[in-house]
Amino acid sequence: MNDFLKTVAASAILLGLGACASQPEPAETEVAEAPEPVVVEETETETNTTTRSTVTEEPAEPVREAYSGPKPGSLADFRVNVGERVYFDLDQSRLDADDREILKRQAAWLQSYPEARIMVAGNCDERGTREYNLALGERRAATVKDYLVSLGVDPARIDTISYGKERPIAEGSNERAWALNRNGFTQILSGATG
Amino acid sequence: MIRSFITALAMALAFALAPLQLAGAQITVNVGDGTAKPLPIAVPEFNAEPGEAREYGDQIAEVLRSDLRLTGLFELKKPEAFIQRDLDIGAEPRFADWKIIQTDALVVGETEMLPDGRLRVAFRLWDIYGEQVMRLGGQPGRQYVTTPENWRRIAHKIADSIYTRLTGEDGYLDTRIVYIAETGPKTARVKKLAIMDADGANQQDLTSGAHTVLTPRFSTSDQEITYMSYEGGTPRVYLFNIETGRQEVLGNFDGMTFAPRFSPDGRSVLFSQARGGNSDLYIMDLRTRQEEQLTSHPDIDTSPSMSPDGRQIVFTSDRGGSPQLYVMNRDQSALTCPSGGRDTACRITFGEGRYSTPVWSPRGDLIAFTKQLRGRFYIGVIGTDGKGERLLTESYLDEGPTWSPNGRVIAFFREARPGAGPRLWSVDLTGKNLRQLPTPTDASDPAWSPLLD
Repeated sequence: MNDFLKTVAASAILLGLGACASQPEPAETEVAEAPEPVVVEETETETNTTTRSTVTEEPAEPVREAYSGPKPGSLADFRVNVGERVYFDLDQSRLDADDREILKRQAAWLQSYPEARIMVAGNCDERGTREYNLALGERRAATVKDYLVSLGVDPARIDTISYGKERPIAEGSNERAWALNRNGFTQILSGATG
Repeated sequence: MIRSFITALAMALAFALAPLQLAGAQITVNVGDGTAKPLPIAVPEFNAEPGEAREYGDQIAEVLRSDLRLTGLFELKKPEAFIQRDLDIGAEPRFADWKIIQTDALVVGETEMLPDGRLRVAFRLWDIYGEQVMRLGGQPGRQYVTTPENWRRIAHKIADSIYTRLTGEDGYLDTRIVYIAETGPKTARVKKLAIMDADGANQQDLTSGAHTVLTPRFSTSDQEITYMSYEGGTPRVYLFNIETGRQEVLGNFDGMTFAPRFSPDGRSVLFSQARGGNSDLYIMDLRTRQEEQLTSHPDIDTSPSMSPDGRQIVFTSDRGGSPQLYVMNRDQSALTCPSGGRDTACRITFGEGRYSTPVWSPRGDLIAFTKQLRGRFYIGVIGTDGKGERLLTESYLDEGPTWSPNGRVIAFFREARPGAGPRLWSVDLTGKNLRQLPTPTDASDPAWSPLLD
């Protein structure tokens, strides 16, 4: 996950929008549009047939002090302290080091709250065709699930679903929005406390 | 002479279908530019007694003119210019009067309310310069008797008769299009199954919008469709009967099922199933409900479409590193690829860019696709052997081609610019006659019906 996306996540905490976990997506949508300025660059990948977006921004403001912290084991705890989304590069379903850090925290949280069940949704940006993106979203969701299972989470606790390009969290039609919309979203289905 | 128009049109079609063979030529948009000029045709008011019969006659003539205009092949003569005002379906028109206004073809029609309440509609098509009636199915004219509510269908049927008589092609105007009606913001989009006549009339929603629905496709019957829905949590392929409203899930699969499409004989549905992150192709026989796995490859295989003879399947796969089109035999036997080697699936797209959503033409010789290249999307066609790629359209997002049942026109959806909602469009196989189809809301995933009964 790149710096820009970390900033978005941090902003969500700062604005307190992340605290209401039952309907997370509209809240993030508003936040995703907020940070400015943003520099968008395109660099060639090894294959030379696709471009990869790099989104950078000024370092995030220190925000943790402003937040008192959600109750451990709650949906808000998972959202704020663990992180519910990992972000994929264009056309890819590979996890980078940042993504793996988030998934390690997810796995640890799931070990702490063994009643919790999750649904991992795979999402794609709008710059692909519908059916291929459904397949790609499924591949992304499975990548997340497989990694959590490799960390010891019981596969029976993890459902997956693909939304293809049907569930964007950022409205825009630009590199920044597309980077946000290529994600694996872990939703707690049941078993959270408080 | 009308004969020369037909010849010119046939030549234009032949040209459009021929592969681009210029030495070193680049693929360009709108290759195969139709050379036929639109044929001048006059559609005067239908004869009728004042009252109901005349009202239906006026409406039928108006829809008929609109249909002929939609084909892009006709120039409709303005009624104000008409000299002869006493046309009679039983008598020869005064050819000289119609030659003066330079019309090649003339439609003479009449409507009548029968004592039993039904509507009778008759018409004849005249070749003005040839000074003779153009026979339709061996008859000097054609007549329909029906309940008056069907007047619009009659207009489409007359349009198809004229189109067929003057082009030698099957008609496509008496058809419907099923699509996804979209409302609401991008991040909370409501998607309903909807249907309309091919000219945009008779708009109707088929689902409530409570669940996201995607990618509807018609069966060989105009009443049965298959599509994908998120109803019930796991996304699944469903069958839906338009007439009865009856809906059923297709089969009992562990994973997501998606990308459904009927086989051309209507007896089976091809689709993808995703399991453990990988998508493969399947086919299910609708009578026996037996499924068969068609591919088992570790990369994505999706969007299957069967050839009209039922022997081959074209699909999208990223087994080569990016989405491209592949052809395989229905019986999974090896085939000789365009590259010369033998394999169970042959890649047919080698141009720059990504290719997906292949749809086999009803004529069997072409495959329509969506192409993505350097931030632009295109609708194009390619020979089944991978030769003769032609791009027909280009925009920010053009996706999801569907063939008219005669294989002459392709409908698709377009987001004209970033942030613009999708709308339905159609384009001729020549790359000409690009038109937006009227829908009350944003719309995507069009699928053209067969000719109605």
